[in-house]
Parts: sequence; C-alpha cells; structure tokens
Amino acid sequence: MENNSSLENTAIKELLLQLADDDFIHSYRGSEWLGLAPHIEEDVASSSIAQDTMGHAAIFFKLLEELGEGDADQLAHDRPAKERRNAIILEVVNGPGNYMEDPDYDWAFAVVRNYLYTQAKAIKIQSLHSSSYEPLAEVAQKVQMELYYHLMHWKTWFIQLLGSGHEEAVSRMKAAIEKTLQDFQGVFSLGHYRVEMVKQGLIEDEAVLLNKWIQEVTPVFESVGVACSIKVGMVKGDGRTGQHTEDLEKALETLSEVYASDKTATW
Amino acid sequence: MSTVMLNTEEIYKLLEDVKDPEIDTVSILDLGMVENVTVSGPDVSVKMLPTFLGCPALSIIQKNVETAIKQLTAVRNVSVEFLRSPSWTSDRITEKGKAGLKVFGISPPPRQMKKDGSWHIDCPYCESTYVTMENIFGPTACRSILYCKACKNPFEAMKPMIKTI
Repeated sequence: MENNSSLENTAIKELLLQLADDDFIHSYRGSEWLGLAPHIEEDVASSSIAQDTMGHAAIFFKLLEELGEGDADQLAHDRPAKERRNAIILEVVNGPGNYMEDPDYDWAFAVVRNYLYTQAKAIKIQSLHSSSYEPLAEVAQKVQMELYYHLMHWKTWFIQLLGSGHEEAVSRMKAAIEKTLQDFQGVFSLGHYRVEMVKQGLIEDEAVLLNKWIQEVTPVFESVGVACSIKVGMVKGDGRTGQHTEDLEKALETLSEVYASDKTATW
Repeated sequence: MSTVMLNTEEIYKLLEDVKDPEIDTVSILDLGMVENVTVSGPDVSVKMLPTFLGCPALSIIQKNVETAIKQLTAVRNVSVEFLRSPSWTSDRITEKGKAGLKVFGISPPPRQMKKDGSWHIDCPYCESTYVTMENIFGPTACRSILYCKACKNPFEAMKPMIKTI
C-alpha cells in the first residue's frame, strides 16, 4: 500500500509540475514581447495575457507547495533546466537577438505558438474539470474563465494573419506553423507517469487530448485555406523527461537573476 | 484584558473601508471578494476569492484586510486566506459596487453574455450605448478599454467573468 500511495503522489506532483512549468516559461516568453508587440493595444493585451498565465503557473506551484514540494517561489526560480518539465516548444526563443539588444522577434511564431498552446491548454483544463485530484479540478474552473479571453485573442490573430492574403504574412505564418508543429507533441506528452496519471483519473490520456485538439484546430486551419492533415512531432525531445535546450538554460539564467541575488529576501 | 466580544458584523463593517487598491470608490466587499468571515473568541478568519489569479493586487488586499481588522483592540489573531473554490465571478459585484465603479469611470460588467460570447456595455459617463471595444485587455487583468462615440470619452469596463463561458 505504501508503494501504491507514493506512486499516486508522484503522478500528481509530476502532472502539477508539467502544468506549472509549461505556463511559467510560456508566460516568460510572452513577457519578453513587452514593448515590442506590433502596436500599443497588442502590447497591453499580450502582456495582460502573460500576467494571467503567470498567475496560473503560480497557482500550480502553490498546489505543489501544499504537497510539501517546497516554496512556490523556489520551485519557479531555483530549479535547473534538467528538473523542468515544460514542453520544449514553449522554451524556444521568440526569435534572433535578445530583449536587451537587437530583438528581432518573429510575431508570426508568437501568434502560432500562442494560439496552438492556448487551445491545447483549454483542452487540458477542460479535462481537469473532472480530475480525481480535487484541488486541481477547482483551479481548472477558475483558469478556464480567464483562458476564454486568451483563446479568443490568439485565434483572432491567427485567422487574421493567415486570412489576410498578404504574401509575407501568409508565408511567415506557414513557416511558423511548420516550426511549431514539429515539436508540439511535447505539449501533450504526460511523461514517465502517463499510465499512472490516467489510471488515477487525474487527466485524460495524451492521445485523447491530442485528438481533441486536432478536432478543434483543423476547422480553423481550413477556414484560412491551410489545407493540411495536422501532424505533430517531438524532434527536439520530450521536455517532460527533463530534456531541454540551451534556450531554456539562458531563459532561467535571466529570469532568476534577481531571485538569485538574494534568495532569502522578502518581496 | 479586554472582555469585549467580537462579532462578524463588526468585521464586515471594517471591511467596507478596505477598497480596491486601484479603484478607491469600491470596497472589496462590494466587489464580492469576501466569501466568509468567522470569529472565534479573539481570532478572526477571513476567506476571500481572487478576482484574477495573476492579479498583483491580491497580496496588497490581503495585507490591507489584516491591517483593518487589527484596528480592533479585541482582536488577537487575523488569518486572511484566498480560496480556490468557488471561483469569483463578476456577478458577485453588488449594486453599490457597480455604482462605485461608474464613479471611477469604469462600467460594471454586463450580467449576461449573448450566446456567441459577445457582450454589451454602456458608457459610464453619458449612458450611451454607442460605444466601441478598443481592447478586451486593459491596464489591469480585470478591465477592458472602450470608447464612447457619443460623448467621445475613452472609458474602461470590468471584464465579465461568468461560469458558463
């Protein structure tokens, strides 16, 4: 029994880490657009979305804290890349350059990644409504209400840029779709504890979630004339198992700079 | 030692003076953020609901609630906690809260959305319905930016947060 219950706990913690780490790095990449978005209203909107998303990461970290996994701030700032569970596609840089000098970020990639991820998150959150882990089911209710606006926002951008008929917009969007899809399977991966998570009724299986996502995005792709059968891959590896790229290492170094300067400070 | 007995009404009365840190015409009570107040001897416990999970004002509000309650000398311990459930929804804002928002130039959220997810808001200044949505997202997580074509004022509105969406 002892072993069973510790396996159950591990599955819950793994799932929470995946959810927290996905939103955390996704929000960070979103925040890097602050001041750089295509126009001022978009700057307001995308930074507001990034802030909401950081709130979602924070509540998932808080659930881990309640399970005795350590302080939420420490979990967010003070874990090396190899301990992170986020999908690799979410850690990929926004584009060449960096925030401080010559950012040459790709808005098409931002729109594609944001739309596809937000839709995937919406499907997971829907599944979490009936999670056997009650605190997670409760949080899912709240997150869904906020997510409604995020999804509407990114879907609008996605459709407008692809449906614009503008040559550069369409070609850049198509390139971004290809780049995003080839690693998007990582968003659905449930990692090593997949079987246990599903057995416990924490969340539906990754194949089920992926299929629901394809059902949602396919008509949107078709509506803007991108005829394709949507196939996802995981060419850079599975972030759920601790595989990551230099992009994550650099992001962690930057985002934890202040925290690392005094880990015991009270804010 | 004080022998004054605390009661929840007293605490609610104090909470009327704890305003939203960015909208000083509306109390946290009228925003519907207070779910429950319990008093046990000299100890007070307040259970609250976050409006938006990422709202940076939450910890400020928490502190302000503690400070307000500690004004009562009969109070020994105060615990202020944000609950995960139920979710805060914008229909928890009271009529007084809606009036307070309007004074600040913020339209209260619509009670209902249409089936397609669209919603309608009137100008808080001139009541005109001739308004346009400039940005669903605004200066804070809970607000949107609109423009009144009748009185030519920009204004804000509380975003509807409704369970069925």
